[in-house]
Amino acid sequence: MAELMVTRDAYGKTLVKLGQENQEIIVLDADCSSSTRTSVFREAFPDRFINFGVAEANMIGFAAGLATCGKIVFASTFAVFGSSRVFDQVRTSIAWPKLNVKIVVTHAGISVGEDGASHQAIEDIALMRSLANMTVIVPADGIETEKAIIACTKVPGPFYIRLGRAKFPIVFSNDYEFKIGQGIILRDGKDATIIAIGLMVFEALQAADELKKEGITVRVINMSTIKPIDKELIIQAAQDTRAIVTCEEHSIIGGLGSAVAEVLVENCPVPMKRIGVPDRFGFSATPDELLERFGMKSTHIVKAVKEIL
Amino acid sequence: MVEFNDKDIEKLETKAKDVRRWIIKMLAEAGSGHPGGSLSSTDIITALYFKIMNHKPDDPKWPDRDRFVLSKGHCCPALYAVLSLSGYFPTYELMRLRKIDSPLQGHTDMLSTPGVEISAGSLGQGLSVAGGMALAGKLNHKDYRVYVVFGDGESQEGQVWEAAMACPHYKLDNLCAFLDHNKLQIDGPVSEVMNIAPVTDKFKAFGWHTIEIDGHDMRQIIQAVNEAKNTFGQPTMVIAHTIKGKGVSFMEGKVGWHGVAPTKEKAEKALLELG
Ligand SMILES: Cc1ncc(C[n+]2csc(CCOP(=O)(O)OP(=O)(O)O)c2C)c(N)n1
Ligand SMILES: [Mg+2]
Repeated sequence: MAELMVTRDAYGKTLVKLGQENQEIIVLDADCSSSTRTSVFREAFPDRFINFGVAEANMIGFAAGLATCGKIVFASTFAVFGSSRVFDQVRTSIAWPKLNVKIVVTHAGISVGEDGASHQAIEDIALMRSLANMTVIVPADGIETEKAIIACTKVPGPFYIRLGRAKFPIVFSNDYEFKIGQGIILRDGKDATIIAIGLMVFEALQAADELKKEGITVRVINMSTIKPIDKELIIQAAQDTRAIVTCEEHSIIGGLGSAVAEVLVENCPVPMKRIGVPDRFGFSATPDELLERFGMKSTHIVKAVKEIL
Repeated sequence: MVEFNDKDIEKLETKAKDVRRWIIKMLAEAGSGHPGGSLSSTDIITALYFKIMNHKPDDPKWPDRDRFVLSKGHCCPALYAVLSLSGYFPTYELMRLRKIDSPLQGHTDMLSTPGVEISAGSLGQGLSVAGGMALAGKLNHKDYRVYVVFGDGESQEGQVWEAAMACPHYKLDNLCAFLDHNKLQIDGPVSEVMNIAPVTDKFKAFGWHTIEIDGHDMRQIIQAVNEAKNTFGQPTMVIAHTIKGKGVSFMEGKVGWHGVAPTKEKAEKALLELG
């Protein structure tokens, strides 16, 4: 069994580390700091932590203002409230003027479970990916979270970094070299390619192990940067394996599956399947029950790969 | 006007205790959810459904019913318990809160639960929705009234103040809002996280008829509603001073009980207190 880690814990710890190194780093939250783990930063640097209360749109506006004055701003809340709730504020005040604001959200996807549809952000990647100037990253585990948070401070401009609530199995080792805009091959194979993000990377790896037992070898790619997406890696995978399955904890409309399909259709069309939340809202259940019901477990990935071979 | 005597008040108080017991039981069974704000709004919601509102549990879509909007959707356990005890659905359903395929979702979902008037969970939207229902009542020449409960942390959302402007502008005197002023939100006391005081003056300045009450006193709740019914040309904002976690000593006034369900042991302790 893989070791588990809460990605937002990695976020909180990394923020503190960055805060020690750089006085310009400032962290904002909207009454969710204990859940997003920005509370850890608040304890370390109370003067550089600003709480706006339940007022996400205002937080995003303040973030923009702070960024125009040279601050490196991290703004956090739950994924639904850091994306759809504030989409126009992000669009007008941050993405368009290309300001140095890192929106780091937690509790994304259906793995928030029991809270139900209102709290299950399954549209946020689609929204954020559609914004010019926005970089969108979905780390697969705690280690990649830490590396992505550090990396984004070195690149001025707007970022949307999407974390979960649940414990994610550790996929990477500490020496993993994260690069913005680069997918990474975690397993190689020749029969098909599975491209995954977030929690689904682990499911994809399990599916690859399962398929191997049956003599089917698949390439598994972690595509943590959804935008700008690693076109070359996708085209190469299509040419080498001639079949692609995408896996994401997001609506199948507008997310990773759509981003990959856009690249394939214009460059190297091959049979493809998108695994993710079908075109519907989620509901209350355990994360595992939801993954099962929406056909997002490794067994479903195995089935999808076999279907397109 | 809502008439009442001592006996009615006693009955309501007993009912509210019943509601609180169910809230504890359903949250303990679910293993997650929000006790604090559910318990602070229990008396208001109980008084509305068991004494004040015109509604038909066997006909949830009756066009002339009074409407209730729970803007802070995370406090749905209180609403679910009240709806169930009113007869909208059997009480055994309460134990399915937050479970797969349950009619009782983690936040209110009007397509899943009979009697729930609007879906919620993203804070700050209910006052606007209630305004829409009240406006429709005016446009359709209906006599029904609209009630809404929202939170003090919630009232930091800008949209609350957009609605606060619109409801008096359209003279929605068929609307009566309750601010569940329990003084706490997730990250701490409202006054420290983002002060909303003087909140009564703010609503007054926006054009509301304002009333301050003890939100756990059934008489004051009913009297406030009667005063609202007697107020013409403007909506009424009832600032209900409440205690988060009300009724369970170890939850009362504790930030930590905002969004954590009691364990079975804690639930037993709570149920003992609730008699
Ligand atoms: C738009 C939005 N932002 C954040 C949240 C997360 N959240 C849930 S409850 C809560 C605090 C609400 O405080 P308050 O309105 O005072 O509720 P109460 O004390 O009555 O529980 C927050 C921030 C949310 N549900 N919706
Ligand atoms: Mg409150």
